[in-house]
Amino acid sequence: MNPSSIPDVLVIGGGNAALCAALMAREAGASVLLLEAAPRQWRGGNSSHTRNLRCMHDAPQDVLVDAYPEEEYWQDLLKVTGGITNEKLARLVIRASSQCRDWMRRHGVHFQPPLSGALHVARTNAFFMGGGKALVNAYFRSAENLGVKIRYEAPVSRLELKDGQFVAAWVGDERIEARACVLAAGGFESNREWLRQAWGQNERGEWPADNFLIRGTRFNMGNLLKFMIEAGADAIGDPTQAHMVAIDARAPLYDGGICTRIDCVSLGIVVNENAQRFYDEGEDFWPKRYAIWGRLVAQQPSQIAYSIIDAKSVGRFMPPVFPGVRANTLEDLAAQLGLDAGAFVKTVSDYNAACQAGTFDHTTLDDCHTNGVSPAKTHWARPIDTAPFYGYALRPGVTFTYLGLKVDEHAAVHFGGQPSANLFVAGEMMAGNVLGKGYTAGVGMAIGTAFGRIAGNRAAMAAKKKQGEYRAAA
Amino acid sequence: MQQLNSLTREAQALAAGIMPLSRNESEVGRIMQICNACRYCEGFCAVFPAMTRRLEFGKADINYLANLCHNCGSCLHACQYAPPHEFALNVPQAMAKVRGETYSDYAWPPLFGRLYKHNGLTVALALAAGLAAFLMLTVLLVGKGFQAPEAGNFYSIFPHNLLVSMFAPVFLFAALALTLGVRKFWRDVSPGRASLAAGGEALGNVLAMKYLDGGHGQGCNNADDAFTLWRRRFHHFTFYGFMLCFAATGVATLYHYLLGWAAPYALGSLPVVLGVAGGIGLLIGPAGLLWLNVRRHPEQGDVAQRPMDRGFIVLLLLTSLTGLALLAGRDGAAMGILLALHLGVVMALFATLPYGKFAHGIFRSAALLKWSIERRQPNNLQLGDD
Repeated sequence: MNPSSIPDVLVIGGGNAALCAALMAREAGASVLLLEAAPRQWRGGNSSHTRNLRCMHDAPQDVLVDAYPEEEYWQDLLKVTGGITNEKLARLVIRASSQCRDWMRRHGVHFQPPLSGALHVARTNAFFMGGGKALVNAYFRSAENLGVKIRYEAPVSRLELKDGQFVAAWVGDERIEARACVLAAGGFESNREWLRQAWGQNERGEWPADNFLIRGTRFNMGNLLKFMIEAGADAIGDPTQAHMVAIDARAPLYDGGICTRIDCVSLGIVVNENAQRFYDEGEDFWPKRYAIWGRLVAQQPSQIAYSIIDAKSVGRFMPPVFPGVRANTLEDLAAQLGLDAGAFVKTVSDYNAACQAGTFDHTTLDDCHTNGVSPAKTHWARPIDTAPFYGYALRPGVTFTYLGLKVDEHAAVHFGGQPSANLFVAGEMMAGNVLGKGYTAGVGMAIGTAFGRIAGNRAAMAAKKKQGEYRAAA
Repeated sequence: MQQLNSLTREAQALAAGIMPLSRNESEVGRIMQICNACRYCEGFCAVFPAMTRRLEFGKADINYLANLCHNCGSCLHACQYAPPHEFALNVPQAMAKVRGETYSDYAWPPLFGRLYKHNGLTVALALAAGLAAFLMLTVLLVGKGFQAPEAGNFYSIFPHNLLVSMFAPVFLFAALALTLGVRKFWRDVSPGRASLAAGGEALGNVLAMKYLDGGHGQGCNNADDAFTLWRRRFHHFTFYGFMLCFAATGVATLYHYLLGWAAPYALGSLPVVLGVAGGIGLLIGPAGLLWLNVRRHPEQGDVAQRPMDRGFIVLLLLTSLTGLALLAGRDGAAMGILLALHLGVVMALFATLPYGKFAHGIFRSAALLKWSIERRQPNNLQLGDD
């Protein structure tokens, strides 16, 4: 490669964080080459499945109502992560979320009022019109218009590093040099072998991860993440930590996205394959609890569970993508779901008998609860007694993984505690710095946008410095 | 795919008890069930908010939603479940296919609904017949040679009463057929009573082509995922050009019968000014729409309907071309043949109005009015998250 054909900044990845980095680097005057592992029609990684950005704001702002101040946002993060976060980086993300939307709009992103069925985040989250794929399309268009070079089907297998600095990336047999590099190639949730190893074998001799479905992209194999960790980059996070929700067992193996969720758990009961209940279905509002149910189902035998409701609940939850298994008797429902009818009917009868009379209201934490059954159901407990009955099989659905590379406020990759001068990381590959575990809607995009923009800017600066060094040497 | 097949089967079985769905309608039903669990596209247009008011999609719902869809394409390019995803969602294409069925199923008289199936041929035959009829008439009436007996006086070739006796029945029949068709559609979608506010809103949405603005004002998609306002603009040229031409004819009719002023009218007269303005609109608009139609993304809409789309566009384009040519040459020797050409095209246009692309405006307006009525009614779903 002659020096003039070497891009200033190489961006590895094609999702939100990668695109933010590419756009920022280009705006700072750098020449940019972006490598997306996926073919064009699958571009965008998990970002294509997202729908909103959690935004700090001190007053109502276009699509956002009321206020969501920094402190409240931070407390929310602290709560969901159980303290496994980095306050400095978290607050940086929070503040950036209050300032980035005009920049996003300039690159063609449109926002829309909260979706019906998502009013609980009307105050905190700004929704992308058309969802994440529309955002990804807008960023790719803007990047192309600005002269960012884009290559699809270009998965990077390894990097060439020298003294903690980026030298080149390898796509197959092709060596691609650049003056600086941003890694934004996602987590490893699509790598089933890695998930299998991370989750290991349980006490029943099962490999639980074999029964996981992947809600997101099929292209996040984590090859680069693995390479970096083996190359000595400082890592952060626990490989078994993943955002995991209970989704329809009939969902596709990959890319099921948002529509595969099952929202009727809190209205009925959930049993495992032995037809036994195993957790309080009415602990809290479903949007606050859905993220723990993936893990709960993962702990059940065969990693499967069944959400059971009766006719009273129809029309009171977001419509599911697949129709439920429907039966006029509990025995028939058990048979259709492949459960032991005797055990199932007993579980339902015990639960029904334990339901205390109350005033059902699925919009508040009502007083309908059970007495004398274990586990208890603490809200919205009504007998399952009105045919037709419906059952939905549930599986754990992995959204993304948390294992990543340790960064500072400049998004620099670290080796032995020392920041690299020209290698940066953004998005899922470093989200674990802020989000050690747990999740709250729209925070992944907030981290990706904030650190993508920082990484792009820093990479452009690093490239300029390198070019200066090259000229000085010549 | 097995799940999807069973889903489709179930939808069909479910529908069998009520009203059998066609294959295209079943596909829209399948798609709407998936969309209803996602809802990312709610901001683009009226189709998705209307969808969220339903849990199940029967025949009438599907035909209503299909005609509410403007084929702007936003939801295809933004769709995380579009092909090559195994859900293979293509909302604009599925909606377009159902719209084609709506037009033919609701055509009056019902037998004529078949004309939609090979609409390119229908339009071509109508055009050929119209041209042939008027050219032969010209020869018959003028005798040999196309000499202008009197500069600019059309009636010296075709007497006024002869033209009225030919065009009035065709036009009135077209109006009647369209009215009866849309009335049946309107009854089937059971819209409820229209308030003044709902009517005003729907009219505004029709006249402004609100739902070609993409929901964000930057327009719809055409060739790719970039937005363009040109489809809306060219449609405005076409629609308002058509209306101006219609107004020109209307004013001329009033002049004739009310004031006793016979054509030809002077260049500065109202009918000519309206006609020229409309003709120019009807030149720019259809030419632009044709250009966009040729460049349209093949997955956006139903490729099989392109002969219908283009047939209508070309007919409009020929109407303005021949009309303006007639105006330019009305004092010359070719007036007779220019007049025959124009009348032949206009006759073909009128005759095919109820059995061609023109119908989309009528059914779309009805669907928009239903939406304006519906969104003012309380939503009887109680989905927990709200």
